[in-house]
Amino acid sequence: MILQMSGICKDYLQGKMTVPVLRDIDFSMEEGEYVAIMGPSGSGKTTLMNIVGCLDQATSGTFFLDGEDISKCSDNRMSDIRLKKIGFVFQNFQLLPRQSALDNVALPLCYAGIAKKERRERAAAALERVGLGDRMEFKPNQLSGGQKQRVAIARAMVNRPRILLADEPTGALDSRSGEQVMKLFESLHSEGVSILMITHDAGIASHAERIVEIRDGRLNNREVETE
Amino acid sequence: MLENIRLSFQGIWSHKMRSFLTMLGIIIGIASIISIVSTIKGTNEQIKENLIGAGNNNVKIQLYQGEGTYWMDSGIPNGVYQLSDEQKQEILDLDEVENASFYQERTYADGIAYGSTNLEGGNVMGIDQNYLSTCGYQIYQGRMFIDSDFEQMRKVVLLDDTAAQAMFQEEEPLGKVIEIRNEPFTVVGVVKKSDSFQPVIQSMEDYNTYSQTSYATVFLPNTCWPIIYQFDEPENAVVMAKTTEDMSAVGKKAAEIMNQSITNTTDSLSYKAEDLLEKAKSLQDLSQSTNSQLIWIASISLLVGGIGVMNIMLVSVTERTSEIGLKKAIGARKRRILAQFLTEAAVLTSIGGLIGVLAGIVMAQVISRMSKTPVAISVPSIILSVAFSMVIGIVFGLLPSVKAANLNPIDALRRE
Repeated sequence: MILQMSGICKDYLQGKMTVPVLRDIDFSMEEGEYVAIMGPSGSGKTTLMNIVGCLDQATSGTFFLDGEDISKCSDNRMSDIRLKKIGFVFQNFQLLPRQSALDNVALPLCYAGIAKKERRERAAAALERVGLGDRMEFKPNQLSGGQKQRVAIARAMVNRPRILLADEPTGALDSRSGEQVMKLFESLHSEGVSILMITHDAGIASHAERIVEIRDGRLNNREVETE
Repeated sequence: MLENIRLSFQGIWSHKMRSFLTMLGIIIGIASIISIVSTIKGTNEQIKENLIGAGNNNVKIQLYQGEGTYWMDSGIPNGVYQLSDEQKQEILDLDEVENASFYQERTYADGIAYGSTNLEGGNVMGIDQNYLSTCGYQIYQGRMFIDSDFEQMRKVVLLDDTAAQAMFQEEEPLGKVIEIRNEPFTVVGVVKKSDSFQPVIQSMEDYNTYSQTSYATVFLPNTCWPIIYQFDEPENAVVMAKTTEDMSAVGKKAAEIMNQSITNTTDSLSYKAEDLLEKAKSLQDLSQSTNSQLIWIASISLLVGGIGVMNIMLVSVTERTSEIGLKKAIGARKRRILAQFLTEAAVLTSIGGLIGVLAGIVMAQVISRMSKTPVAISVPSIILSVAFSMVIGIVFGLLPSVKAANLNPIDALRRE
């Protein structure tokens, strides 16, 4: 079991009112699974993603990631978990604009304290893996949207995380680049990478093995057969 | 760390104009401090040099009566004798002594003439063989005294260049005979201070303080002294200290040795060293105290510069919210973000400090040209300035850096 959540609730304070965003979520994922969480905007899927990604703590409930109780973690421990166990892919890529593709990919390795030479080698290998071996020294503004997202995926994978989290990975892409990104996810999945993807697009979600729907902060653990 | 520094340079370079304007406060502050310090140091060195002379480290030890030097024309004082060879050797053996010489001297001596040309207000000195080398004289024309001049009491003299000029003008002095108190002496050489040292005199005040050395002087072998003045008079001493810093100590020690032989206790006679170092210090302190106030004023501009840095860093944190969010999301700890921004602030202000130092040196040179005061660049103050500007960066960068480190990655990522 790579992740296991039970009874997860998350409330936000809005002025004096408490607004529940997630209510009593039970969700778990096996190692190597490819799961899509689907829901309209405002359904709480990004909040759920933030909790899974150890960016945020739940108000109540228990959450184990790779066997570790996240609700008891300190800020620094959460940083380390994000660094070592989680790979993030964002809708808007979130690449550092002034750094080359290679430096962008090498950034997490730098935080992991890996020596410069090995950083470059591993970052280069990750870029090769996503098919951008010939674009290593390009700056993000010299790359197309699809290429940027593939750089972001290389960055997410470079520390060999336990799980890849993707928040609307194709949201900012045209359908052809989106398709390429989906193919890349599938091939990563076939290599045994666990992937959790969040999307509002049923077509994109259909690439996953399992689709979970979220609506008004509640999960509907309906199994959806794909392809 | 190196990585952070490299990134900081990148960041600073990509906002050249902004970075420069941010640094400006630091640049101006450091530049004014450096130029003030350089001017102070220059003035101080000039004071010291004016009083002490460049490089000779000479201390004169003269016989005093009360507060004034003893006037030998009024006769040899009771109970003061010529120095013994042991005393002279003891002085020469002092650790800090490079060389020493013992001489008889009459200031404002009368009766020195070449033909009908009198030398007014000149000095006559009876010197030993160490004198010229101790005081840094070099032969300019003719020859030095030789051993036989002393042994055979030859009536020969050396003139310093001032005396030669005064008595002979365009004429060739070598081999000519001059009279000292009606005794004929043959000029065998003309000597000159080896360095062309001249005190820099810009005001009446300077003149009173410094113009003490430029009397015309006639040197004769000390063995010939009684020929003119009847007696072997007690000598004064001039000591060359090994370093300028040793001068005060050497002067005191030598005076002590010389005082051992004085048996007269009633006329307050004693040998005293002319403590030039002390005199220089008190003059320097005077200029220092006014200038250290200037440094404080210049420091205010550093404070203003620091606040400017803080302001820009805060703007920069806001601008780079999403970058910070991303870095935290992919696993950068708080401390790393803190370190990144602190490094950036420190690099920014250090560069400002460096530019400020360069600008300060240029400014000091310009001030020196315009006001004709000397400047001396002080290396410790340069190092201190750059280090201090780095500290300013860290101090004023702290608040923005803490703000960056504490950003919530979710909020930070959401902001576009």
